[in-house]
Formats: sequence, C-alpha cells, structure tokens
Amino acid sequence: MKGLWRYVLVRFLLIFPTIFILVSLVFLFMRVTGDPITAALGGKLPPDQLQELIHQAGYDRPLWIQYFEYLGQVFTGNFGTTLTGNREPVVDVLLRYGGATLELAVYALIVALLVGIPLGMLAAKLRDRWGDAALRVFAILCYATPVFFAGLVLKLVFSVWLQVLPPSGRASPRGVIALDRVDGATGIYLIDAIRSGNPALVGDVLSHAVLPAIALGLLTGGIFLRLVRTNVISTLGTGYVDAARSRGVSEFRLTTKHAYRPALVPIITVIGLQVAMLLGGAVLTETTFEWRGLGYELAEFLAARDFVAVQGIVALLAVIVALTNFVVDLIAAAIDPRVRY
Amino acid sequence: MSALSARVGRLPLIRQVRQSVGLQRGMLVTGLVLVGVVVLAAVFAPLLAPYGYAQLGDASGNFGAQQSPSPAHWFGTTVGGYDVLSRLIWGARTAVLVIVVGVVLSIVVGVLLGLLSGYLGGWLDRVLVVVADAVYAFPSLLLAIVAAIVISGGQSGLWSGILAAGISITVIFIPQYFRVVRAEVVRVKSEAYVESAQVVGASSARIMFVHALRNSTRTLPLIFTLNAAEAVLTLAALGFLGFGIEPTAAAEWGYDLNRARSDVTSGIWWTSVFPGIAIVLTVLGLTLVGESLNDLADPRLRARRKAKQR
Repeated sequence: MKGLWRYVLVRFLLIFPTIFILVSLVFLFMRVTGDPITAALGGKLPPDQLQELIHQAGYDRPLWIQYFEYLGQVFTGNFGTTLTGNREPVVDVLLRYGGATLELAVYALIVALLVGIPLGMLAAKLRDRWGDAALRVFAILCYATPVFFAGLVLKLVFSVWLQVLPPSGRASPRGVIALDRVDGATGIYLIDAIRSGNPALVGDVLSHAVLPAIALGLLTGGIFLRLVRTNVISTLGTGYVDAARSRGVSEFRLTTKHAYRPALVPIITVIGLQVAMLLGGAVLTETTFEWRGLGYELAEFLAARDFVAVQGIVALLAVIVALTNFVVDLIAAAIDPRVRY
Repeated sequence: MSALSARVGRLPLIRQVRQSVGLQRGMLVTGLVLVGVVVLAAVFAPLLAPYGYAQLGDASGNFGAQQSPSPAHWFGTTVGGYDVLSRLIWGARTAVLVIVVGVVLSIVVGVLLGLLSGYLGGWLDRVLVVVADAVYAFPSLLLAIVAAIVISGGQSGLWSGILAAGISITVIFIPQYFRVVRAEVVRVKSEAYVESAQVVGASSARIMFVHALRNSTRTLPLIFTLNAAEAVLTLAALGFLGFGIEPTAAAEWGYDLNRARSDVTSGIWWTSVFPGIAIVLTVLGLTLVGESLNDLADPRLRARRKAKQR
C-alpha cells in the first residue's frame, strides 16, 4: 500500500502545475490581443466612455500586474464577473448551470456504456466477419458525426416528423415552473422531479433528456465499442480463456464473463479522458437542444463577445478537468498496480 | 499545389492496399475513395459547383430563401438564399485548406519541439512535458475557441479565417505530435547507432534530424489522418458556434449547420442534412484510412488471408 500512497501524493501535487499552466495559457491567449471591454462594447459606446470603463476595470495597467492579480483571484476562487447579462460572478453561473451539464453528461455516459459494452463484445465475438465490419463502421460513424449534426437529425426525425419527443429545452414550460417550486431544488431536474413525487413531471424531464443524451452519448459510445472490441479480442486469445474453453465453458459465457472482466479496466481510464470530450461535446449539444447548462451559457457569452465570462468559464472548466483526471487516475491506480509510479 | 503534394503523399499507400485483405481492404479503399472525392471537389470546385458560394441569384433573378430541392437547385437553397449544393462543394475547398494549414503547422512545431525535448532532455524537457500534458487534458474544443478569439476576434474573411481555424486546430495537435516524437526520440537516443554517430563526431543537429527524426516518424502518418479528421470536426464545431468564416468569404459546413438550426424545427431538412453528411463522409473517409493503416501496421490486428478460425 505504501507505493499507492506515494502515488496519490505525487499525483495530487501534479494538479497544481496543471491548473496553473492552463489558467495562465487562457489568460495570456485572451489578453494578448486586447481588452475584453473593447471586444464586448467596442462600437456601441463613444470612445471616451469606453476608455473610462477600461480604466475602471484596470485593463490599462501593465499586463504582468493584471496577470498576478488574476492568479491571486483564481487562487481564492474568484473567476471574474460577467460583462453582459446579469453582471454576476462566473462562479454563480457555474453553480446555477453546472447541475444541468452534469445531468446531461451522466445521461450521455449511461447511453455510451449501454451502447459500447454489449456491441463491443459482439464485435469481438464476430471478429473479421461482416457483423464485425458493420459494427466497426458504426463506431467510426459515431465518431465522424458531429454531435450537433446528430442532434439536428434526431430532432428532425423524432420531434418534427414523428412528433414523439420534444425538440428542445430541459422540460416543458409548465414543468420548469413546477420544478422551480420544489423545495431545495438541486438544479438537477431528474432529482428534483423525483422528489416532487409527481410521475408526470419525471416523465416530462426524461422525455426531454432522451435526444440530447443519445446525441452526446453515441459520440463516446463509439469509442467504448472500439475499446471493448480490441480488449476482448486480446483477452480471448489468452491461455486462461483457452483453459476455460477446454473445460467446456460456453462461448457466450467465455465472452461475457471470462474475457470481458479484464477488458473493463482500460474503460475506466478512458472514461476519465472522456470527461474533457464530454464537456466539449456538451457545449455543442446544449446549443443544439437549447439545454440551459454551462455549455449553452458559454455559447451565449461567446455570441455576446463577453470574453471575461468566457475566460472565467474556461478557466473553471480547466480546474474541473484537472480534478476529475486526478480522481480517475487514483481509481485506475487502485485497480491496476502497474499504473503507479 | 496542395493536390500534387496530396497525391505524392498517398503513393506509399499502394503498398498498404496490396498488403490488405478482405474487409480491411474494403475499409481502406472506401476511405481512400471518400478522401479522393473530397480532394477532387476541393480542387475543381469552380468547375463542379453550379453557382458561386456567395451567389444569391442568376440572370433570372434571386434564388429565394429556403427553396426545396428542384432541378435548378438540386439540394435546395439556404435561409440566406444561397445554393446548398454549391456551398457544399466550395466547403470541401475550405475544409481541405484548413486541414493542410492546421496539420502542417502542428507537425512542424510539434515535431521540432518533440525532437528538441527528447534529445536534449533536462529541465526544458520536463517543462515541455508538463505543459503538453496540461494542454492535452484540456477539452480541445474550448482550446480552439480561445485560440479563435485570439486570432480573429471571432469573425473573419477567407484567408484570415482559414489561418485562424488552422492555428486553433494546431494548438490542439501540437501536444500529440510532441508526445509521440519525444517518446520515440528518447527510445532511439539510446540505440547503438546514435551512440556511434556521436563517437564519430556528428553534431547534435545532425543526429537529431538525420538519425533520430528518420527513425521516429513511422507513426506520424497514422496520427496525421486521424488529426485531419479531427480538424474537420473542429472547424465545423467552431463554425457551428459562430466562430466560422463569413458566408461571403468562403463556404463552411459548420456555419451552414448553425444557420440551419431553426430550419429543422419547421421541417426544412435540406439545409442541415446535406452539409452534415458532407462532414460525416469526409471524417469517415479520413478515419477509415487512418484506422486501416493502424491495423495494417500492427501484426496482431492485421487480418490474415483465410485460415478458418477453429
């Protein structure tokens, strides 16, 4: 166990340079080209008023002073205040909309696992036959289809042509009002709806989640499918599987039990890597389905050229990604001793 | 021209096509055909496209907005009154240019940094590795958005737009090339032939570029094709979020999809389905080529000529 604790410590300390580098990069990138106030309001205000605002916000000081001030703020959890909209702290934006994005990401992960693992095992079983080829092309298609295009097609088919699922939003307008009234609302609509004890509300929330979850989940599902396929193929060729086969274990059981278990370990690591991809995909999925989460807000701030808000949200997401990767690495190390330093 | 270099770069593929069998050959050939079609569309866009990418009308008047597919407009017209088919074909040119700019830039920068870092080692190596890892772990789309803001302030013309998209994509890929090349250089560095080159008195630069580089670039074609696929997706995503190229400057599929968002709700499918399929087929082609090359390079995954299983 000593090795594990050393690993935990080293890995924990590594979070700080990672966050520091990302936050610095974002700051430098965004500030090298100009100040956010001109970007957001340039052309809308007379030049002297603009100068006044820039001076008030301190954007006319040397860059390095702003940089250290910014680092200090980030260290104390202050990611800036939005320039447009409600002029609220970026952290508040995160707290209000983070739940929605988390909810979407979890749904998408569930879809991805439901699609990826069984189909991956099937592809491995059918190795190099037509079924395998079809599944692999399906997996590549999942990757090749931009989430927003998948979203638009799903919307077109299920909401416009078949009219079985709602086209956008997280709940119907009446549902949103009912959900806001739930005591101690978490912002995660499914939890709130279940706590309200109203089955119609739960159904409303779930029906709105189906299409976004599929659009985003298929992207990751394709990756899981490929991963499970490759790993099951390699474990199917090992000695202990041959031994089990010679003892008369059925082919189905061989694939689903014997070869499958060891093939799961890499999936846990990949789920960690997928967090970054899910966050990027969430921006696009949320925009497509008007799912009011962090990604949707980010796109709105981008459209409004509010780069203080963008910088804040991006920096905050960098911190979240760094922390998630830390947790995932720990899980991987606990399962597989070879990962440890 | 880009067409010539693309063709020269593809010559070695003939060997892989010969080597492949059955389904793997099918996947590789399908991929090559798809990529070929996109490249041809990009090169001959002015001849193939019935109208210009920013053309709103012809001798008989304006095209009109959101017209359904007809003999005059095979794929209909967009909400902005452009011809969908023409923008589709011109869009291939934008996509290919962005791939070339983005991937060439990132290969040059990434390979150089990887070589330096791997060969020289020391604190430079450590700092670069930590930075590359940090950037690698970051959601690539967010990185591209930040880069796009920096480079173009979000709006741009043809060349500034292509350059902005290319550089945004470069930022994502540099860490990947860096990691691969660095790892290979570190491995190659301890080989006997590098040591003997040092003994003979070869300069560091010579060892890096002649000995280490030649032997560490085997895996680059694989990453190249997969990155080209990701470049198309990133370009489209930037366009979809409104960071694309102005419609009057060039045709871009992601931008067209962004404009088609509201069309979908009213049942107008042609403005979104066609550009979307163009993206999917381009990425599919590139990925099929990359995957097949990967499988062929790995003896464990290479399909063998029929030896009945069990």
